[in-house]
Amino acid sequence: MVYSKNSINPENYLYMNQIIEVIKLSKLFGANKAVADASFSVKEGICFGLLGPNGAGKSTTMEIVEDIIAASSGEILYKGQPRSTSFREEIGIQFQHTSLLNFLTVAETLLSFHKLYQEPEDLQALIERCDLSPILKRRNDQLSGGQLQRLMLALALVNRPRLVFLDEPSTGLDPQSRRNLWDIVRQIKEEGKTIIMTTHSMEEAEYLCDEVAIMDMGSIIAWDTPTRLIQAHCQGNSILLPESAFKMNLDTLPFTWKRRDKTIVLETAHIHEGLNKLLHLDIDLTDMAIHSSNLEDVFLCLTGKGLRD
Amino acid sequence: MNFKRMWAMFTARNHEFFRDRAAFGWNFAFPFLIIVGFGLIFGGKEHQQFKVGLFTNTPQIQGTKSTVPLAFQQGKYLQFIDFSSQAEGEEKLQHLKIDLLLDSHSPEHHYWINDSSPNGYITEQIFLASLIKDRDKLARKQIVKGVQIRYIDWLFPGILGMNMMFSALWGVGYVVVRYRKNGALKRLKATPLTPLEYLSAQMLSRIFLIMFTIFVVWIGSNLIFHFQVHGSYGALALIFFLGGLSLCSMGLVLAARGTSEEFTSGILNFISWPMMFLSEVWFSLEGSPAWIQGFSKIFPLTHLLTGARKIMNDGATLADVQGECLVLIATTLICLVIAARLFSWNE
Repeated sequence: MVYSKNSINPENYLYMNQIIEVIKLSKLFGANKAVADASFSVKEGICFGLLGPNGAGKSTTMEIVEDIIAASSGEILYKGQPRSTSFREEIGIQFQHTSLLNFLTVAETLLSFHKLYQEPEDLQALIERCDLSPILKRRNDQLSGGQLQRLMLALALVNRPRLVFLDEPSTGLDPQSRRNLWDIVRQIKEEGKTIIMTTHSMEEAEYLCDEVAIMDMGSIIAWDTPTRLIQAHCQGNSILLPESAFKMNLDTLPFTWKRRDKTIVLETAHIHEGLNKLLHLDIDLTDMAIHSSNLEDVFLCLTGKGLRD
Repeated sequence: MNFKRMWAMFTARNHEFFRDRAAFGWNFAFPFLIIVGFGLIFGGKEHQQFKVGLFTNTPQIQGTKSTVPLAFQQGKYLQFIDFSSQAEGEEKLQHLKIDLLLDSHSPEHHYWINDSSPNGYITEQIFLASLIKDRDKLARKQIVKGVQIRYIDWLFPGILGMNMMFSALWGVGYVVVRYRKNGALKRLKATPLTPLEYLSAQMLSRIFLIMFTIFVVWIGSNLIFHFQVHGSYGALALIFFLGGLSLCSMGLVLAARGTSEEFTSGILNFISWPMMFLSEVWFSLEGSPAWIQGFSKIFPLTHLLTGARKIMNDGATLADVQGECLVLIATTLICLVIAARLFSWNE
């Protein structure tokens, strides 16, 4: 399923149980092409991650799929059909940037949104799931970042959505809040709901997502499961040792290697084999560290290390 | 139209308004302070608008008789201000702070005016007329019959209407633009709520708050000024309700698009200030050029105040103000349709 941006043929990637199909989506803001012929599909019941550096077009793509902004061209299908008026009854959205009525309490906010839907979630269950009981009487403008994110997530779930959009849900959260959020997202997925999320956190994507699409410059440049993306783009592992551990000429080492400050990074396809070679060379492994390739390596490999706006 | 969703937005907006203590308090304090202020300024001497400065060059000797004609001293709508010197009085006259300066002990009735002042000219005529003996016999006078209306009775509907206008335009127009800018509307767009439901809820919430404000301000002000209402209170409430709807729907048109609070603020000022001055909030347009009177008819506030004053001051019935009511209803419907058509949640 891995492909480069030059070889996208969306028709090859359509599945029978897709809940969302994005076909050759483009969005222009003046002369700036924020999304350029992006195509992907999302299977029902999975957590789908949209990754990419700043300005890659993730949030714009999300908002077009959510029907918040209009596309310049392309097509979005929901359950194989163009989105109808019932679409908003069946989706839940947690926006990256949004606001609520400041002077309302958490309870009043939940109740207001609860009344907007035909078949809403049981409020008490929602309050317990998102751990909102202690802050129900608190005003929205008095919430901490983590509390506000939990409320936003509760609002995204208030209508028992079939499809949940989470736009960078853990941005600005402390580790405890982030873990708590991840647990909730996993529970949602276990209930069979589909999740489409954007994130900057590769750890989050690896932990939560069944499939990820990597965007850059408005295009989808890779799309697969995290494991297969790692296998395809960053094979092997690295063994890290201090330079002082080596008593020989480094050019004689039976490894591809590079120097990073005072650390020598040795590339090896198989950790066991690499360690055996080092032991055979009688190298001191006391300060050794092993790095397995992860999604971040894939991300950096595909999008480069240059800074983005 | 889903009334459950509309009700949810209606109650949410009301909660927010009542919790915002500063805005809430100001909505009552503003009209009340203006009414009390004007009441104090005009209390008992409502049209005392010509100011006469008095000084004397004669050394002050006890018992010296003033040469100011008695008829002038007792004249209506004249206020006399004493100055210690001619120079001080002339300085005030130059700057139009007074309308006429008079030497109070001059047998020749020496006086000064600023010939660029219309009030000065009128005051001069009053002064000269007061010098004519038996002037009451020179013409035949008749006093109009009917109930006299105090300026405060005429002004009161204007102040209420002005407060409604600001509350409707800013409380709807400005607030919706702020919601759009901070993303609150975008969050609502993600729900099944429709623009018409949202806008109707905003309008009804504001009209509820406006009517509540009018009721409280009326009760409070009436305790002090005892306003006279010659028509029915029901008709008066209806015309205020229709006027409020019309002004709120106008606010919704202004709020239909845009994310710049500064720009919206400019537009609101551009509309509200001419509306305030041309809708006879403070003064009547009687005698002004016909085109100004015609132009003032484009403002809903003009029709609201015309209807309210007819009911309050002239005892008009609903049938008498049906024209004003129809204009207000039509304005409301037109603006609401335009607002719903133009409305964008996030642009």
